[in-house]
Amino acid sequence: MSAHTQTAASEIDQYLKGQEEKGMLRFITCGSVDDGKSTLIGRLLWDSKLLFEDQLATLTAESKRVGTQGGDIDYALLLDGLQAEREQGITIDVAYRFFATDKRKFIVADTPGHEQYTRNMVTGASTADIAVILIDARKGILTQTQRHSFLVSLIGIRKVVLAINKMDLVEFKEEIFNKITKDYQEFAGQLGFETIQPIPLSALKGDNITAKSENTPWYNGPALLDFLETVQINETKLDQPFRMPVQWVNRPNLDFRGFSGTIASGTIRVGEGIVEPSSGQTSTVKEIVTFDGNLEEAFAGQAVTITLNDEIDISRGDMLCALQDRPATADQFEAKLVWMNEEELLPSRNYILKLGSSSTLARISSLKYKVNVNTLEHTATKTLALNEIGICNLALDKAISFDPYAENRQTGSFILIDRFSNATVGAGVIDFALRRADNIHWQSVDIHKEARSEQKGQKASVLWFTGLSGSGKSTIANLVEKKLHSKGKHTYLLDGDNVRHGLNKDLGFTDADRVENIRRVAETSRLFVDAGLITLVSFISPFRSERQMARGLLEDGEFLEVFVDTPLEICEERDIKGLYAKARAGEIKNFTGIDSSYEVPENAEIIIDGSKASAEDAADQIIGYLETKGFI
Amino acid sequence: MNRSKLSHLRQLEAESIHIFREVAAEFEKPVMLYSIGKDSSVLLHLARKAFHPSPIPFPLLHVDTTWKFREMIEFRDNLAKEYGFDLLVHINADGVEKGIGPFSHGSALHTDVMKTESLKQALNHYKFDAAFGGARRDEEASRAKERVFSFRSENHRWDPKNQRPELWNLYNARVRPGESIRAFPLSNWTELDIWQYIYLENIPIVPLYLAKERPVVERDGMLIMVDDDRMPLKDGETPEMRSVRFRTLGCYPLTGAVESTASTLPEIIQEMLVARTSERQGRLIDKDQAGSMEKKKQEGYF
Repeated sequence: MSAHTQTAASEIDQYLKGQEEKGMLRFITCGSVDDGKSTLIGRLLWDSKLLFEDQLATLTAESKRVGTQGGDIDYALLLDGLQAEREQGITIDVAYRFFATDKRKFIVADTPGHEQYTRNMVTGASTADIAVILIDARKGILTQTQRHSFLVSLIGIRKVVLAINKMDLVEFKEEIFNKITKDYQEFAGQLGFETIQPIPLSALKGDNITAKSENTPWYNGPALLDFLETVQINETKLDQPFRMPVQWVNRPNLDFRGFSGTIASGTIRVGEGIVEPSSGQTSTVKEIVTFDGNLEEAFAGQAVTITLNDEIDISRGDMLCALQDRPATADQFEAKLVWMNEEELLPSRNYILKLGSSSTLARISSLKYKVNVNTLEHTATKTLALNEIGICNLALDKAISFDPYAENRQTGSFILIDRFSNATVGAGVIDFALRRADNIHWQSVDIHKEARSEQKGQKASVLWFTGLSGSGKSTIANLVEKKLHSKGKHTYLLDGDNVRHGLNKDLGFTDADRVENIRRVAETSRLFVDAGLITLVSFISPFRSERQMARGLLEDGEFLEVFVDTPLEICEERDIKGLYAKARAGEIKNFTGIDSSYEVPENAEIIIDGSKASAEDAADQIIGYLETKGFI
Repeated sequence: MNRSKLSHLRQLEAESIHIFREVAAEFEKPVMLYSIGKDSSVLLHLARKAFHPSPIPFPLLHVDTTWKFREMIEFRDNLAKEYGFDLLVHINADGVEKGIGPFSHGSALHTDVMKTESLKQALNHYKFDAAFGGARRDEEASRAKERVFSFRSENHRWDPKNQRPELWNLYNARVRPGESIRAFPLSNWTELDIWQYIYLENIPIVPLYLAKERPVVERDGMLIMVDDDRMPLKDGETPEMRSVRFRTLGCYPLTGAVESTASTLPEIIQEMLVARTSERQGRLIDKDQAGSMEKKKQEGYF
């Protein structure tokens, strides 16, 4: 090794030792369209010397071509990643940027200020430790400022920088800075921030970014970068009770069974007791295994593998927790829900809820109200549209373990996924567990379904007729019931129109009401099957997911989907009830096949070709199916 | 170490391990795309950490364009032997038959056929539902907006306008048959983080990253190494020995070297700290036009 390399090695050793102490801060910048967010981040990259010559060359060229600074360097161009967005001159998604100083590495989430993009801001804020809220000194606090602050507080950020930007355009006047600060503090009182740090800035000119500016001698606080480098974060995460969602069971051989996961909060030591709260099983920690050797102790943020002294049944989705301080375990809770999809929320529809490493089906059991993000007013609602925020109760398929979000951001947050489109449609933060479900136990009864079916000489089941209005569903279902009756079988027919006169008369024809309509009918048919009846259900039931939900309520083999496949033209031509004519005339809204969609079944047990088969033939086809499969 | 704080590298490491485990737990048939470069080296190291003491529970796939530096292939084969991972190598046989190469057909067609198409072939052939990649958000502007779990259609296309929101550390792993997820455990790492981590953890890398006297010619302002006799020399071009190293590795005719004397990791890191050009500068394919990487990604290039 040459003398030169030795020097380099020792210098780098020093440098790397310093790096071992270097922390990380994630923050989000939020502001309105012209507050200068992108310019601010561009400036931070520039001032921390993270730009390379070729990037500068590109930046200079692009500034001349599409820049908004009259040929001067337009820092904002550094941030606008996607070409189409660049041409529109706005950022429309969440972008992550990186820079570092000697003290910290920074990850910045850059999110847009447009109202329709609440989704993106909540996304960017979800991983942020602090928020930098930009305000144009000329404009003061705007509706958007209030909206951003509310969202930041909703997502659990407790420390904010009030970056009062464009001070150069108001001659660096102290009164303006003071007035905005006072206005903000008054408004933000209700949002529960621990720290609000106002800083007078000019992102474009570089005032109070990396160093205190001479233009603001009256300002005694830190420059932005000073604050970002020193602000305390995660102070409480280690003092919180131990939580580790189990991601993956590590079983290289029969002698080793470890539980791999990232510690969400607290610390754990070898020998300490743990509990898996949903089953109540307890044990003690045998080893904390890592690639770099076993640890005596591990703490929040580390990814480890834990082995236990007892063989207990734990799998992905479970959570290892401190014995003394357990999370809630429940199948119902109240949460704040942000809706993130163009397709609106359908209460009663089952969504996949992912929390920690667990996935379970969940539905919104009651939607209490939605919050106007501009005025914070509450309004009653039946659904949530894209970017709306609601307070609701969720009911889950099974009990899971969690903490209120205010106590733990990792174990109190969840996303909702649509089972059919697979889109991430919602994000939620849990307020508290609801215990009501604990008090309604299933009444176990001595006479069960099989006994009731057997007595009737049949196998109870549901024949679920689906198809367009006028497809012939009800006619065929009627005939099938007659034939079954004449064979001495016990049946009941639930017809869409009839049910809407009674059980479901409070429901209309919006998507949300259609889902609830089907849910009630599905639950009713489940009770009838339990009573041993062959239940015939004749409902348009246009959505795949609700038919799937009905199927899911019954045991395997009990649900028989009968798709009456009659083309729209024929149904419309028949138009027995005159409904198509009205729908075409615009007198009926949300009519299936006209202005509301019908999702064709993918795995129907029985398909009736409604364009060819007569009702009589169709009924015989169904009876034949029931006989061959042993239902009758 | 301060008990209350994980250094930034340890936080990045833990985040990457978390991503590896999520994918392994949620998908039926994951694969790790292994390009032999430094980011792949870090990726491989993190995968070994994530599943220890189990072996890595998925294979590694190398899409070989047949124009990689010889030292890369040697390194790959030695490492596979030493670590015992399951290595799949895919070469686009159609492309080979047609004699596609960067000199004869140009960088764009070569990359499209031997890399993008070839990758799709391999993914279709093995029916992988998730593929790990070593891409980082700091590499290039369009990557800054890509998700950690990035959805790909049946045609392996990325739709930047229609990405799934990604919150906290909750990743949506749902795909239909034929669709897939590209998972990027190094999303939040920067080039400097990568080098620091390689040094800290003593991770093996291809020697081409370290400066050495190598035969190069200068073309279009780039230093191209003459790695074998398939490289046609233009009139007046003679390879000269210069002390160079590579900041990224790919097909040798498309990868520019930088003049450097940094022959050890500490020297590279030192050079990084005063570096004046970003690492993709050495890549011909980005230079075609502004937004070119975004176009390539939509088409399925990694």
